[in-house]
Amino acid sequence: MKYCFKQGFQKKYPQERVIALAGNPNVGKSTIFNELTGLKQHTGNWTGKTVDNAYGYYGYCDKNYKVYDLPGTYSLISHSKEEEHARDFICLEHYDVMVVVCDALCLERNLNLVLQILEITNNVIVCVNLLDEAQKKGIQIDLKKLEKILGIPVIGTCARNKIGINELVQMIEQYQSQEAFHVSYDDFLEEKIKEVEAVLKKTLPENLNTRFFALRFIEQDQKMLQRLEETTNFELQKYPELIQLGKKVHTELKEHGYYLLKHQIVKTIYQKSEEICSQVVTNQKQRQISKFERLFQKKWFGIPMMLLLLFLIFWITMVGANIPSELLFQFFAWLGDWLRYLLEMFRVPTYFCNLLLDGAYQTVTWVIAVMLPPMAIFFPLFTILEDFGLLPRIAFQLDKQFAKCHACGKQALTMCMGFGCNAVGVTGTRIIDSKRERLLAMITNNFVPCNGRFPTMIAIITMFFIGFSSGIQNTFLSALILTGIILFGIAMTFLVSYILSKTVLKGVPSAFVLELPPFRKPQIGKVIVHSIFHRTLFVLGRAISVALPAGILIFLLANTNINGSDLLMICADFLDPFARMIGLDGVILLSFFLGFPANEIVMPIMLMIYLSKTTMVEMNDLLRVKEILLNNGWTLITAICTILFSLLHFPCSTTCLTIKKETKSWKWMFFTIVLTTSIAVIVCFLVSHIFTFFLSVS
Amino acid sequence: MYLDELEEGNSAYIVSLDVHSELERRLLDIGFVEGTKVTCLYRSYFHDPIAYLVKGAVIALRVCDAKRIMVRP
Repeated sequence: MKYCFKQGFQKKYPQERVIALAGNPNVGKSTIFNELTGLKQHTGNWTGKTVDNAYGYYGYCDKNYKVYDLPGTYSLISHSKEEEHARDFICLEHYDVMVVVCDALCLERNLNLVLQILEITNNVIVCVNLLDEAQKKGIQIDLKKLEKILGIPVIGTCARNKIGINELVQMIEQYQSQEAFHVSYDDFLEEKIKEVEAVLKKTLPENLNTRFFALRFIEQDQKMLQRLEETTNFELQKYPELIQLGKKVHTELKEHGYYLLKHQIVKTIYQKSEEICSQVVTNQKQRQISKFERLFQKKWFGIPMMLLLLFLIFWITMVGANIPSELLFQFFAWLGDWLRYLLEMFRVPTYFCNLLLDGAYQTVTWVIAVMLPPMAIFFPLFTILEDFGLLPRIAFQLDKQFAKCHACGKQALTMCMGFGCNAVGVTGTRIIDSKRERLLAMITNNFVPCNGRFPTMIAIITMFFIGFSSGIQNTFLSALILTGIILFGIAMTFLVSYILSKTVLKGVPSAFVLELPPFRKPQIGKVIVHSIFHRTLFVLGRAISVALPAGILIFLLANTNINGSDLLMICADFLDPFARMIGLDGVILLSFFLGFPANEIVMPIMLMIYLSKTTMVEMNDLLRVKEILLNNGWTLITAICTILFSLLHFPCSTTCLTIKKETKSWKWMFFTIVLTTSIAVIVCFLVSHIFTFFLSVS
Repeated sequence: MYLDELEEGNSAYIVSLDVHSELERRLLDIGFVEGTKVTCLYRSYFHDPIAYLVKGAVIALRVCDAKRIMVRP
């Protein structure tokens, strides 16, 4: 039987074996990984979800297995950051078994990677995934024959339906190293490989494969050789004869007509893959274009369809979240009264009672009531589209615009991830090859509102723009406004990318190669369960863990008197003149600063400060909240400016630290903070003044 | 003839790649090898990039890159 252990579980059995999952992007490595370990790695139908090596454990037949989920890679000579992770692992790390996951729909290209990995190690199991999809398209694969040709175990799976996973576990358990198939090049090249290999055998660290590195020496692949030195204690400088030999062989081959050595090596491997495929794949008819794919052939379809979808998602989210949000507010108000009664019954001091209820409880329940319903609707909807395969199509449709801004279309993918969490979006920029374009994507990721800001925006829109009657027109209007705000954020992304690539980050757009995955029927039930229980609740939990201490701290600050005025009011009054200039007030601006650890708590902080200077009001629904805001001088302009400031201002602390981690420099982190905040200030200044001007004229 | 001139729905075979080495390697990785059949599927809303069918997968390329890939019908 299969046993699953959580991450962090180290040793149950004395023996541990290391296995790794490698393969082309989007073939289901993470799905298999999740099935094996019981973990919840992010999966979705697009290239580049997994950007880091994740690992987990499982136990089977008295052995412990450590499983690595490597980012997808097309080949071992890689360019983009996340692929480098995979390549370094495959070429330089120790593992017992490498499971190469293949896509049954395009086996030929996948075999290319299998053959490359076989040049490094014999300890390979080939796992042909997505067999069900292939069967539907009339593709039959003779796995037994493939096994015979390659000389290594081959297994077929449909990981999404859990078919073949137990067999895979058994196969890994029974695995024994054996002699496998190797690609052989023409005689002359083989001779040269042997020549270099002979020297490498004496010099290279023992666990590394000499043939693979001999080929890299012959190719004079400087990048790979550099990585070799960086990750092992091997120093090329110590072996001048090796450098000489590499160069000598390289020129010799050129003299013998091997001008395009790379091409020849790749071509040989591809020819082998093709040859093998022609033997094992029957009914190898071309990939049939699905009816959805055909829709994309229509010119008018792309962009309007995306805008409509964006609008629809927001509309469903807002309509669906409205009533549950109200109910939650009412429930928490009722529970709060009850708790207060209980605390008073136990004679808890009033100050402490207020601290708990008006500080901690109020902040936490606000976060839950405002965040939970929209997230519980938005995440599943978004994940369904992701599973369906829409995200790369968005990148495809928008690439031209990104190219005009000298950026990369894949930035659209990282922006989509930003809807969930900007920190995740920033990490996700690893799918972009060029360093300059990665920076652009990181700096501008903040212009997509994450789940911390998005519900706050919905709340403000509901309060100030459409009223509370949930008529169909009103909900349409509110969704339109939200769509408009998002589009404004996207426009800012383009504008800022453009300006940056003309100034600080000068450069021309690099190449863009993007795989568009086949449309897959989303597993709706699984998606809903997964995105509610693992994503929504996780995000909510994280928000609460910040909101709770923040609520207590802010309450303490708001109720600590210095010379008759509390500390927060002093700060707010100090900020007030400046904040007024950009259409906000001191309290709002202060709340944004205090909300730096997590954007979710901006609104509750704001309300707490407002409430500390007036008499206590029960916040049992949004209508009351609006009352509080209006009493504190909010107008339509304040609402607009707050939304815009929220959309554009500095990223939260987690995102900032992620930018620092990804760029390895404080400079870019501070640059992002200063840039985004300046933009927020300028936009809010302009908007508030233009609006005030028009209002005074009319 | 170059890849960007290929009409939607038509196929051609790769002759040569005249691109910088980074892109060349990537194209080779995903199957743009001499002699491979490429089918032009559709263009994006703004006519650039273009989606091609190569070795069973749909790959999007920018026009400026496709311009440098020589094909024969």
